[in-house]
Amino acid sequence: MRRYLSLYFTRIGFSVLTALIGVIFALPLIWFIFAPFNPRAELGLAIPDPFSFSNFETVFENRFALRGLWNSLVQSVGGVILVGVGATLASYALSRSPIPGKNVITYILLLFSSVVSGSAAMVPIFLIVNGIGLIDTQIAVILVFAGGLLPTAMFILRDFIDSIPKSYEESAMVAGATPVQAFFDVALPVIRPGVVVVVVWAFVNIWGSFLIPFILLRSSEKMPAAVAIYSFYSEAGTPIVTLLAAYSLIYSLPVIILYLFVSWKFGFRFFGGIKA
Amino acid sequence: MRPFSLLSRSAGAAFLTPAGLLIGAFVIAPFFWVIYVSFTNRTLLGRTALNPEFIGLANYVSLFDAASFFTRGEFGFSLILTIQFVLLSALAGQAALGMLLAWMLQTVPKTLKSLTEMVVIAAWILPEVVIAFAWFAFLDYDNGTLNMIMEGLGLPKGDWLLSFPFWVIVVFNTWRGTAFSMMLFNSAFSSIPPSYFQAADVAGATSWQKFRDIGLPLIRGHVVTDLILITMWTFNVFTPFLLTNGGPSYRTEILPIYTYRVAFRDFEFGKGAAVGVIVMLINLVFALFYLWVTRRRARGVAA
Repeated sequence: MRRYLSLYFTRIGFSVLTALIGVIFALPLIWFIFAPFNPRAELGLAIPDPFSFSNFETVFENRFALRGLWNSLVQSVGGVILVGVGATLASYALSRSPIPGKNVITYILLLFSSVVSGSAAMVPIFLIVNGIGLIDTQIAVILVFAGGLLPTAMFILRDFIDSIPKSYEESAMVAGATPVQAFFDVALPVIRPGVVVVVVWAFVNIWGSFLIPFILLRSSEKMPAAVAIYSFYSEAGTPIVTLLAAYSLIYSLPVIILYLFVSWKFGFRFFGGIKA
Repeated sequence: MRPFSLLSRSAGAAFLTPAGLLIGAFVIAPFFWVIYVSFTNRTLLGRTALNPEFIGLANYVSLFDAASFFTRGEFGFSLILTIQFVLLSALAGQAALGMLLAWMLQTVPKTLKSLTEMVVIAAWILPEVVIAFAWFAFLDYDNGTLNMIMEGLGLPKGDWLLSFPFWVIVVFNTWRGTAFSMMLFNSAFSSIPPSYFQAADVAGATSWQKFRDIGLPLIRGHVVTDLILITMWTFNVFTPFLLTNGGPSYRTEILPIYTYRVAFRDFEFGKGAAVGVIVMLINLVFALFYLWVTRRRARGVAA
């Protein structure tokens, strides 16, 4: 009897402590839930009265803010296309062709990509981009992101392709398909789920990133939303809180939606394991 | 007979080219380039911008200059600050809190579990600029939520970003990153057969005993993985810059922010590159250790 009582009290104690930690975690976010809908929002916490969407109108009237969202989209989509195409071709080759030392290549690339991280690499990346004359261009941001994300993308995708039996492509080739046909018509449809995961992962990474565009871009016309938001609250004398709150929410939406999509489709552990 | 393969060597090489070029230009070249630049006096502006001179180890000597090593705003100060930041926010913060949450989530009611997970994961997936701004509002002296709570509890208000900047970024980074450890440990605990715990329950074991004797030993491998990964990430994280700018007076200038300041505010690329090389060497040690651990596990040596 005492045994069950103690299990029962453990459960209650854990529930109270978990709820407490959950509330503490939620505190910094609560402001962010109310402020976008509060036309008189300040840095203080207040229930919107009246509840309104006028802050969103302010965002859509601000040319610089909209431009930032558009630039984020251009840079993310551009980077995602390069990562998607590059990683699919490369990981297929690493999985299916008789290139010597494939495993060593995979591990060396992964090693390099974790060693050459954003902060250690900012100086040489700036100098290289400067050297090829691409400073202050969106294409530079796209290329740098693609290069940095590709090794991990290839690693994830190769794992995925290795788990698919070769017999699909083999039977297509026995039936007379060329290797290229076997790749496009047979393999590609089968590996599509893996590509989707890699593409979503790359999109979320680029969309949320601050440092690379912050270093490589100079003119405000090319800044993505991340840099725009930062300059809104760090440079202007007093931040326009109403605008910032609504803008931050709009900017966060794609990440939230993609997160929900991935956790619904693949379970969030997968997303968790491959972020960062 | 040659083994049948789907892609010929040349086709394979062609498939590797696009990714290879991008990785070569923006991952591998920077690695070697930064080593080269660290031996020069390259700057952003002025004479040495176009014609940098080779100055040997001078940048490294200046970083490790004993006279100024521990001075605020110098390399040594930043390095020690970073080590404290990693120990406190990654190991003591994220890993310990993640472990505690993961363990408790095994027992608590389902609704509470999903709600808690939702909040903790939200802190982790939202873009860093948004999170930093939310914290900026949270910590505001006049109106911030934290001071509102302090007043409500009858405690004195604090100007947190000015008085305790280092502790702010430690708590901030713990808050931001706990989700990863929580999810990793949560899935590790869930994979332990429930019968182990039921047997312990019958024997009258307390939750702490079950954790110490069953839970922790069985997920040891995951703990090692988690510690290496969060250490590497925290060591390289730039996000606190968005909250504190490295200040006030260099008190939150962890190595990534120090590198940024030296290279892009003081325009000393050579010195910034030297810091980059040191950061890369430290990263290399962690990455090699991580690969060694995962490969050992893949080969089935005790996890």
